[in-house]
Amino acid sequence: MNKNLRITNSKFIDQTSRISFKFDGKTLYGFKGDTLASALLANNIHLVGRSFKYHRPRGIMTCGSEEPNGIVQVGKDPSMTEPNTRATEIELYEGLEATSQNCWPSVNFDIGAINNFFSPFIPAAFYYKTFMWPASFWEKYEYFIRKSAGLGKSPTKPDKDIYDHKYLHCDVLIIGGGISGIIAAKTAAQNNLNTVLLDDKNNLGGTTLFQNNECFKINNSYSSEWLKKEIESLNSFNNLTIKTRTTLAAYHSYNYLLARENLTDHLSLIEKKDKIRQRLWKIRAKKVIIAAGAMERPLIFNNNDRPGVILSSSIKKYIDYYGVKCGQKISLFTNNDAAYETAISLSKSGVTINSVIDIRDKSNSSIVKEAEKLGIKIHWRHTVVNTNGYKRISSIELMKLSDDGTAVVGNKSKEECDCLGISGGWTPRVHLFTQSGGKLKFRDTDNTFLPDKSESEQISIGSCNGDFELDDVVKNSNKSIKEFLNLNSSDYENLKINCSKETDKKNIWLLPSNKPLGKTKPFLDFQNDSTAKDVKLALREGFKSIEHVKRYTTTGMGTDQGKLSNMHALGIIAETAGVKIGELGTTTFRPPYTPLTFGAIVGRNVDEFFDITRRTPMHDWHTKHNAEFENVGQWKRAWYYPIENENMHEAVQRESKAARDSAGILDASTLGKIDIQGSDASEFLNRVYTNAWSKLEIGKCRYGLMLNEDGMVYDDGVTTRLSENHYIMTTTTGGAANVLSKLEDYLQTEWPELDVYLTSVTDHYATVSICGPNSKKILSKVIPDLDLSDKEFPHMSFKNALIDNVRCRVMRISFTGEHSYEINIQSSYGKSVWEKCFEAGKEFNITPYGTETMHLLRAEKGFIIAGQDTDGTMTPVDLQMDWIISKKKYDFIGKRSLYRSDTIREDRKQLVGLLTDDPNEVLEEGAQIVSETNKQPIEMLGHVTSSYFSPNLNKSIALAVLKNGKKLKGQKMFVPMKTKTINVTITDTVFLDKENKRLNA
Amino acid sequence: MFLINCPYCGERDQSEFSAGGEAHIIRPKQPTELSDDQWAEFLFMRKNIKGVQLERWNHAHGCRKWFNMVRDTSNDKIHAVYKMGEKPPIK
Repeated sequence: MNKNLRITNSKFIDQTSRISFKFDGKTLYGFKGDTLASALLANNIHLVGRSFKYHRPRGIMTCGSEEPNGIVQVGKDPSMTEPNTRATEIELYEGLEATSQNCWPSVNFDIGAINNFFSPFIPAAFYYKTFMWPASFWEKYEYFIRKSAGLGKSPTKPDKDIYDHKYLHCDVLIIGGGISGIIAAKTAAQNNLNTVLLDDKNNLGGTTLFQNNECFKINNSYSSEWLKKEIESLNSFNNLTIKTRTTLAAYHSYNYLLARENLTDHLSLIEKKDKIRQRLWKIRAKKVIIAAGAMERPLIFNNNDRPGVILSSSIKKYIDYYGVKCGQKISLFTNNDAAYETAISLSKSGVTINSVIDIRDKSNSSIVKEAEKLGIKIHWRHTVVNTNGYKRISSIELMKLSDDGTAVVGNKSKEECDCLGISGGWTPRVHLFTQSGGKLKFRDTDNTFLPDKSESEQISIGSCNGDFELDDVVKNSNKSIKEFLNLNSSDYENLKINCSKETDKKNIWLLPSNKPLGKTKPFLDFQNDSTAKDVKLALREGFKSIEHVKRYTTTGMGTDQGKLSNMHALGIIAETAGVKIGELGTTTFRPPYTPLTFGAIVGRNVDEFFDITRRTPMHDWHTKHNAEFENVGQWKRAWYYPIENENMHEAVQRESKAARDSAGILDASTLGKIDIQGSDASEFLNRVYTNAWSKLEIGKCRYGLMLNEDGMVYDDGVTTRLSENHYIMTTTTGGAANVLSKLEDYLQTEWPELDVYLTSVTDHYATVSICGPNSKKILSKVIPDLDLSDKEFPHMSFKNALIDNVRCRVMRISFTGEHSYEINIQSSYGKSVWEKCFEAGKEFNITPYGTETMHLLRAEKGFIIAGQDTDGTMTPVDLQMDWIISKKKYDFIGKRSLYRSDTIREDRKQLVGLLTDDPNEVLEEGAQIVSETNKQPIEMLGHVTSSYFSPNLNKSIALAVLKNGKKLKGQKMFVPMKTKTINVTITDTVFLDKENKRLNA
Repeated sequence: MFLINCPYCGERDQSEFSAGGEAHIIRPKQPTELSDDQWAEFLFMRKNIKGVQLERWNHAHGCRKWFNMVRDTSNDKIHAVYKMGEKPPIK
């Protein structure tokens, strides 16, 4: 470790506790309190990565979340490694392993750097323009482009870390713990408001925390000392919650905010084990105070991206906070007073300062006077025209600016340096304000966008509101806070504040050079390698909107989202296009403010508790009998019951045959059940189903089809009239919730005059369905005193009954075309009734069957499944179910749509049956149907919706939707597959028992 | 994420609600007497205003009641909520 770069008097770094870490495989040391960036700089390592496009060497540039270059891969574990983390935000911990990104084989020798020499041939949008043609070659290009693109590597295994979500409600939320945030927090807390203060750093205080400068004093103390006491006084409030290491990620409407708290990222590998890594706070605040601060701007000049070029305020933080010298011979380049604070700090710490290069003509502020007093050399009205050095800056070249600042004049001079601090003024962090819907205004005097009209209960204070001088920050923050919280006074009324005030301002977005623009590389977006040239090219090519220029040049599209680059891009566009920046507007700042881990977004991994799993009362029985389950919505439904080594096909064939030959038993508990009561229940059903319901006798069941208002089939099911004003409706398993809410919608909004009440009773009843020629015999054993004669209990009717003194409803209805019964009983008795039926059916070889067999059996009968044979584009007429549309009813949902010009078209896709020429050939569901095989391209006339091998017919059967299908019965069609073409014949949809004899067998 | 004042339950998070599109589109009482164009007007045409809009909302994960809302779509400001069948409070 190079001791020269660490000074010993930093209060914030514990130089007694040494921490070892690895960077690019090399073991290095830092101290507790360091970030990875400060520790690397202390080790004299600036070069940490390669740029995205040209693979130019890049070094650490900032000390915060806006860092564009110092992004590294952390960790080696394939389940925990994290790409694109900012070295400036990673707190050093024992065992930290970080590596450079976007370079191969190493950051010091990177093959991709050859792109830098080809850079004249890789302008903005190079990829768009070059890989456009021929279109069919994209698949070949893609592999190489994807390989060379991207920063860092994703983890390849599931994340082992624990994440968490928590809700937080408060009166006042304060974002940012700098000087204005502290003033806000204390004022709010003193007034008994439930207050929360967030800061993304590990401690409060912002940049004032280390401001020990004679020019900035409050009540005759250094501003840092004054603030320290204020921070200490916050501990006395019980109604104030302080969260450090917590980044506000998103600010949504109605003061709903998301903040990510880092709980263990700063701990050693041993300490963080089994602890929650990050917590996402979901905050609803009555009032929000944004005190997010400001970011320093870079300056845009030729080769402004070399390692060793750092924002001047960051150099100040590295020396004053971390005790790290960013170099031993530092030059500073500025257009404002901020660089002089850095110069004074460096000078006091004994670092050699070559000079301050200032583009302004002069400055009369006290801080500049102070710097001059210390003997710091200042080049007024000068600019840097070039930097030298490859992996580290070695010298800069300066020239004098012309009077109007558009050109350079005179002779070039050279200055040796190992670090260049740059300061281009300040950009208020207005990201969160705009995320919440706030509108910005533009201030010409210092080219800043500032919060203007806000859409929610919030204010911005401090430098994020454009106050850059200490006295303005304190006085204006105090005034705004009092107004916002309706207070008459606060602790901060009569402070004595001394501060240096900036007297002269000057800004040049793109600094002139002695070379033509085409021969220079003035970088705007350091991460995405876009230069001022690229932006100008975009304008020449006709892009005008800032949003388009952004996408065309990728300026501002890196992981830093253009925090450093956006203002200069805007400035250069405005200047070139001859418009005002204020009129140009900004690009949209979208959440998250800084990248979030997927873990934080997802929250805790709760495995099976993530979503409800619904199981029927008979579930355990199915499990015990070897059932395979199918997910239907949240339900687990028995799919088939393999015996010994049966595969699905064998099991389904056996179950299907047994159900028709003797008896089958199905768990139908998952079907949606809606209890309908009220004096208008019959009228209500009349309006929601296509067929007529008023005349349905009590004790009878009827199949109904429900349409959308557009005439398309929505759901179907059997509804039973239990008494005069009482019905029970069944729906499809997957459609139950939607049907109920649709019915509620009509009842509450269209027909509030109807006296009808709907209750979901799906979970309240278990349903056992017994079907097959022996079902009657089995039921008579289970309920001996029920008269099962066709006369007393015909098909489509219902009886109340008792099983062991427990009331149940028995319906004689059938979805298989067999004689069958459904017993509905209170859920808690479901399993015992199921077992009772199974026991009673044993002598008839009763066979449990699952959903797959149920689907096969109904397909043999041509019964549709809403959602499988229909897809929201099928009318009842398309389904050849004209019989279910009441001609007499004046209206029902969807009726008018059934004779719109489009729905009466005869060549719509219609439901048909398909038989394969080879009876053993089973079609694939979803396969397309065509009329010819020799033509290309060929129109797809339809597709297969249901397809099975029927053991009862001993041949393959299928349902399909086919254009003009009704009229094509008997014709031949083709189903082209990858390796062959299957010949099919169009048939009727009913394959088995067209006369419905089996229902009464 | 809105904070919605359900007329039956009070202030609740938006995640409890579902939006139901434009309000006050009355289902024609005599659909059979409408031309295709008139029916299409009812069935398909929605205003999608940028500005103050009357909307249907359902407290789906709460009381399951439908109600109406006056919302400015340009800034998501909710000016009022009112029950089904009530007239919109004049803005």
